[in-house]
Amino acid sequence: MSGVIHVTRKYRFSASHRLHAPQLGDAENRALYGKCNNPFGHGHNYEIAVTVGGPLEPRSGRVVDLDLLDGLVRRQVLEPFEHRNLNEEVEAFRAAVPTSENLGREVVRRLKRNWRTVFPAEGPRLERVAVAETSRNAFEVAAHEIE
Amino acid sequence: MLITRKVEFSASHVCRNPLLSDAENGALFGAAANPHGHGHNYVLEVTVEGSPDPVTGMVLDLKALKETLNREVVEIYDHRFLNREVAPFANVIPTPENIAIDIWNRLQPHLNGPRARLHGVRVYETPDLYVEYFGEAQ
Repeated sequence: MSGVIHVTRKYRFSASHRLHAPQLGDAENRALYGKCNNPFGHGHNYEIAVTVGGPLEPRSGRVVDLDLLDGLVRRQVLEPFEHRNLNEEVEAFRAAVPTSENLGREVVRRLKRNWRTVFPAEGPRLERVAVAETSRNAFEVAAHEIE
Repeated sequence: MLITRKVEFSASHVCRNPLLSDAENGALFGAAANPHGHGHNYVLEVTVEGSPDPVTGMVLDLKALKETLNREVVEIYDHRFLNREVAPFANVIPTPENIAIDIWNRLQPHLNGPRARLHGVRVYETPDLYVEYFGEAQ
């Protein structure tokens, strides 16, 4: 009886970062990233929106058990990122600049890698993650874009 | 082209499956299983797809859309106890998923003209949780 249903849940964490590409010179980095290149770093109140799709589970009338989703996001994203310096304290950002684009990809990667520990194969699917560094911009990464 | 209109309604509900025990319902739905009910300020965003009429430059008459949303959804849902007062929730658990499907079913017959048709509904139960429904899979 039901077609496509998507459930989106928003989460927040605060973290610092610095945008600096080691392959580029200091002047190029300053020109490219502007204030975000400040060597001392700076921070944001991040908001991430996690979208899950799937059929209605008949027993509950829901697509996803939100307690399970909240727990997965808390363990894989919020706890490791909350009040951290992303460049210094999150392994993925030693090799990749912690832009919102790369942050969105890392969130998808972490959720996909651990999805099956929480949800069965016939259960809900991760559809996409949107990262908002501030309320003025948003970056969406579809789950299928990440291996 | 997509056009989205937003309306709000406030309603109470209980999420529990009558086939399950109190303990099972508590485990499944948490505080939402409280039999006395609780409420939300719901926000509904309705998106219509179409192409503008070459004369009017409009996909549809927004006044008519507003009246449709008020008549088919807000007047039925606003300040109601969904389980008791809004069909089909006597028999269907009023999760945001099922509310989105019911609203789609109420609106779709009125938004399927040659120029504009219903594309999707988004139901916010809280600012941090929303459900989108796009009808039966094509």
